Amino acid sequence: MTKAKARSRNPVAALLFTLLCAITAAALAAPARAEIEVNVNRGDVQPLPIAVPAFGGGQTGADISQVISANLQRSGLFRPLDPASFIEKGLTANVQPRFGDWKTINAQALVNGQVTVEGGKLRVDFRLWDVFAEQQLLGLQFTASPESWRKVAHKISDAVYERLTGEKGYFDTRVVFVAESGSRLNPVKRLAIMDQDGANPSYLTSGDSIVMTPRFSSNSQEITYMSLRPDSSTIYILNLETARRESLGTFPGMVFAPRFSPDGGKVVFSVERAGNSDLYVMNLSSRTSTRLTTDPSIDTSGSFSPDGSRIVFNSDRGGSPQLYVMGADGSAPRRISGGDGRYTTPVWSPTGEFIAFTKQTGGEFHIGVMRPDGSDERLLTSSYLDEGPTWAPNGRVLMFSRETPGGAAKLWSVDVTGRILQPMPYPGAGSDPAWSPLLN
Amino acid sequence: MVRSFTGSTVLRLALVATAAASLAACQSKPKPTYPTTPPSTPSEPSTAPPTTGPVTGQATAPLPGSAQDFVVNVGDRVYFDTDSHDIREDARPLLSAQSEWLRRYPSVVVRIEGNADERGTREYNLALGARRANSVRDFLVGQGITSSRISTISFGKEQPIDPGTGEEAWQKNRNARTAIVSGAR
Repeated sequence: MTKAKARSRNPVAALLFTLLCAITAAALAAPARAEIEVNVNRGDVQPLPIAVPAFGGGQTGADISQVISANLQRSGLFRPLDPASFIEKGLTANVQPRFGDWKTINAQALVNGQVTVEGGKLRVDFRLWDVFAEQQLLGLQFTASPESWRKVAHKISDAVYERLTGEKGYFDTRVVFVAESGSRLNPVKRLAIMDQDGANPSYLTSGDSIVMTPRFSSNSQEITYMSLRPDSSTIYILNLETARRESLGTFPGMVFAPRFSPDGGKVVFSVERAGNSDLYVMNLSSRTSTRLTTDPSIDTSGSFSPDGSRIVFNSDRGGSPQLYVMGADGSAPRRISGGDGRYTTPVWSPTGEFIAFTKQTGGEFHIGVMRPDGSDERLLTSSYLDEGPTWAPNGRVLMFSRETPGGAAKLWSVDVTGRILQPMPYPGAGSDPAWSPLLN
Repeated sequence: MVRSFTGSTVLRLALVATAAASLAACQSKPKPTYPTTPPSTPSEPSTAPPTTGPVTGQATAPLPGSAQDFVVNVGDRVYFDTDSHDIREDARPLLSAQSEWLRRYPSVVVRIEGNADERGTREYNLALGARRANSVRDFLVGQGITSSRISTISFGKEQPIDPGTGEEAWQKNRNARTAIVSGAR
């Protein structure tokens, strides 16, 4: 039974942001990039030194800066400076920084801000500065309910990231995953959800059945996942806002490996019958399902291209598990993976640029990426057991689960260059992560 | 209840060890021996019987036609090679004995549970386990068991019987178990 504690978070109502003033408009109209620029594509990039002093306005201001600082740090592209080294103190959003003080400690960028509470609403003003150019790059104001202060911090992080890298951010997102407890022989697996920085974790299922492979829909409010009981398997769609859960229906054999289409209107999944697993797609409004593959091999782990026109999937029709791309109607399947090794769990990136996968070779598991035509394969990780990549909405970071021999599964992330590999800030055991799209 | 999934495995193994020891004395019918791989699971009863003392206790033989009878005297699990769902030569005698037992107790309904080791990814291993379960089902049907008495499911790599790592553990975890659903005594 779903003891869904999915908290309703209607961010649209809770939050609105406005451009602060004419200065900002002028700065935004200025050349798209200032002198400082962070290149997300280079693997050897030095993280940009950035100062994020405590925002004015008491504890909430300090907390907001800490969340921003931690977000930027974890991206691997920024190096937040130690606040103890700051010369200028008490900087608020309403005054020009003393740039000399920030140059002295070699801060390339500076984020300062101010929190005020007005009529029960939290108002956060912040500015992003290019210290050496002595130029404002961004000035924004967010209004939200006070309990949404973390969300405001994530919005600011995204704005800073986007302004300095030219890429969309991914901090105002959530992660759904399988929280694991119990022993290896008696595992308890519960669906769980948390912010991308590990905050606000909560369970979505009670653990009375084994749950696996949750995936977000494009509206961030629905999750599809598989539930396994001793005598049956079911694919569910869970609405996070209403906590309503519905089954995809009953099928003659097992059902597994569900994943939404980019428009959220369909689910591709595997149906097993008499030992043969094939891909099906269900139209969620008409509730009709169509069989996409008929090969007598294992066909599973379907994932749509961002435009919905193609599906990458896993098949062992060639003798070992490899990756294939076909039309979304099942037409013209073509193998894209080559070389040695077993390829599984393909996931198309949100930008369409890459397909991420799990590869087994030489007794090791890897998370890797390749172009949708199979070219430019790059392995980003290597360990005893890495599995199940999921993309951050900007297509720059992957999350996956890693197990050491005999150990519990943990959530890890790696950037698409393979340089920034780190455990996720979630202390418990977890597997099968799925990253939400950017929230509203 | 997750616990009931495999919760009784350890207990059952202990039971097998105890019951097997007593079988030689209690069993009227000679017990066929089947080569099984892995050959033995070193699982010992939690309390050792006293070495001296006026009274010694032994487990009674399983009731014929019971689920316990099936597990102890026939064997409920067969094993597979890596990434394969072919019934191995050494599994055939055991599956033939399962067929024979199922013919003797025609009201018994079974579920074949396919399992995979951890050296694969979750979804692929669900599909692989389903293949293994169906290989066993096909074998039993080939031996004359009505297909309506047999259902199948795959647990993928979710239900290992050996929590260890290394080939010995993985071999045990690549299996299909014939579980009795109903109709046993």
